[in-house]
Amino acid sequence: MYPFYFIAVALGFYVVFAVVPSLMGLYYSLTDWSSFTREINFVGLDNFKTIFSKDENYMHGIQNTLVFTVSTIVLKTVFGLLLAVLVNKGIKFKNLHRVILFMPSIIPMLVVGIIFKSVFEPQYGLINEALRAVGLEQWTQHWLTDIRWAFKSIIAVDVWKGAGYIMVILLAGLQAVPHSYYEAADIDGAGAWMKFKQITLPLLMPSLTVTTVLNLLYGLKVFDTVYVLTNGGPGYATEVVYTQVFSQFTLGSYGVGTALITVLFIAMAALGYFAVRLMSREEQTG
Amino acid sequence: MNMTKRLKSILMNIAVGLFSLVCLIPILLIVINGLKTAPEASSMSFHLPKTLAFDNFSVVVEKGKLGQSFLNSLLYSGLASALCILFSSMAAYSLSRNKTRLNRFLFLFILLGIALPINYFTLIDVMKWTELINTRAGIVVLYMVTQIPFSVFILYGFIGGIPKELDEAGVIDGCGPQRLYFSVIFPMLQPAAVTVFILSFLNTWNEFLLPLYYLNSASKWPMTLAVYNFFGQFQQSWNLVSADILLTILPVVVVYLLGQRFIISGMTSGSVKG
Repeated sequence: MYPFYFIAVALGFYVVFAVVPSLMGLYYSLTDWSSFTREINFVGLDNFKTIFSKDENYMHGIQNTLVFTVSTIVLKTVFGLLLAVLVNKGIKFKNLHRVILFMPSIIPMLVVGIIFKSVFEPQYGLINEALRAVGLEQWTQHWLTDIRWAFKSIIAVDVWKGAGYIMVILLAGLQAVPHSYYEAADIDGAGAWMKFKQITLPLLMPSLTVTTVLNLLYGLKVFDTVYVLTNGGPGYATEVVYTQVFSQFTLGSYGVGTALITVLFIAMAALGYFAVRLMSREEQTG
Repeated sequence: MNMTKRLKSILMNIAVGLFSLVCLIPILLIVINGLKTAPEASSMSFHLPKTLAFDNFSVVVEKGKLGQSFLNSLLYSGLASALCILFSSMAAYSLSRNKTRLNRFLFLFILLGIALPINYFTLIDVMKWTELINTRAGIVVLYMVTQIPFSVFILYGFIGGIPKELDEAGVIDGCGPQRLYFSVIFPMLQPAAVTVFILSFLNTWNEFLLPLYYLNSASKWPMTLAVYNFFGQFQQSWNLVSADILLTILPVVVVYLLGQRFIISGMTSGSVKG
């Protein structure tokens, strides 16, 4: 009654357009494949040696990607949790605030990037104008072109865009916590912080796990935020793995590019395995 | 006690208000500057425009070729999301009802797709073999594939909640597998299907890498690429760029406001039980 061909269509598309390219990548990452010649030679681990060598810039990109991932996980979780607690109860226009706070998540990153290019503009941009207006002239920066600030600005924009998404997931988690727990804690004389630490946080753990997994998978694959705000600059200061993949694509050196994706593929397949185990476990008990 | 409680409530309201303001300011900035004349918008600021320059929008539609790219985006996102629901729900249905070891494995195998990075290089070859490179159909197929894993995940959970007795009743009434699925089960999936549709629509509407890699002509570009290209050409005319941005995000904002109930339920159904 439940024919296999029902599965086969989706599975077929998925295998052909997602799995096959990834597996082919495993092989091509060991070759000198490029867009200039038809000839493809086996070069062993040369591409990987290039990626992990100190003379090249790839390690810097990998490092940036990790910094980006860790900081956005922390910041989005902190802000998302704060927002979720704030809009959960006890404020006016709850629903309006929820709608507004989630709004940045639905706007295309490309557009968000253009908007923030204007906001960060050193001379007329909103941030520097505002700082001058309140007399904090010395705090004004070249947000996107100063090596010390460019990557921090990118992270800030990404948190601005993504915190609302995390808020929504955590909000649903908060609403699933039975009210009676808090009442019992009230009777025992627990303060707000105590209640948060002893009730909210432990019961929110499943939701926090999910948001962390989502942020992790997103962070490792980050591309558009960097591409549109700085395109890796100034110099190579804000390169991440995917912007480097993109440059390899444009340059036509597919071998190195594929090797870069393969590094990502192996890391994500491992992480994905645990994520999938986690998600399917929750779904089974639910 | 009452005093501190009221103080706390006031502080919370102020805090939320500030956060909402931070989310709104960049969007308001675009709305205000999209209505200014070129000299007024040379510095993007909150000074209100003297006269409302609505003709910015017609200029942008013409120069930015927004009509064409809007239709492209609509085709890519609409068709990809619709096909994605059809195929994902069929797969989710068979996978969830017939839990053999193989199906259990296939479900996890498809879920893994949520994490997998796309290999843009080898995908060129696959696109060439299937003769989908530089075609609109190719983008529809790729968009559909990117949305399948998450959609299967959400629909699988939802189908688990539909009683199996319905299938048995259908079989007794003489339904074959297709009739059973399309006349009995599929209509029941509506709430989850709407969520999946909206989420994949928004995701694909905002995506631009695949068209950037696999489409060679600007006439096939979706709106996000068109707006980015427009920004490259008219960097100095912030009023036009703002108007262009407004028209680009209008469809997603409308879909969001109409469907926000479904979006939020769908996003959380994947992560929180209940």
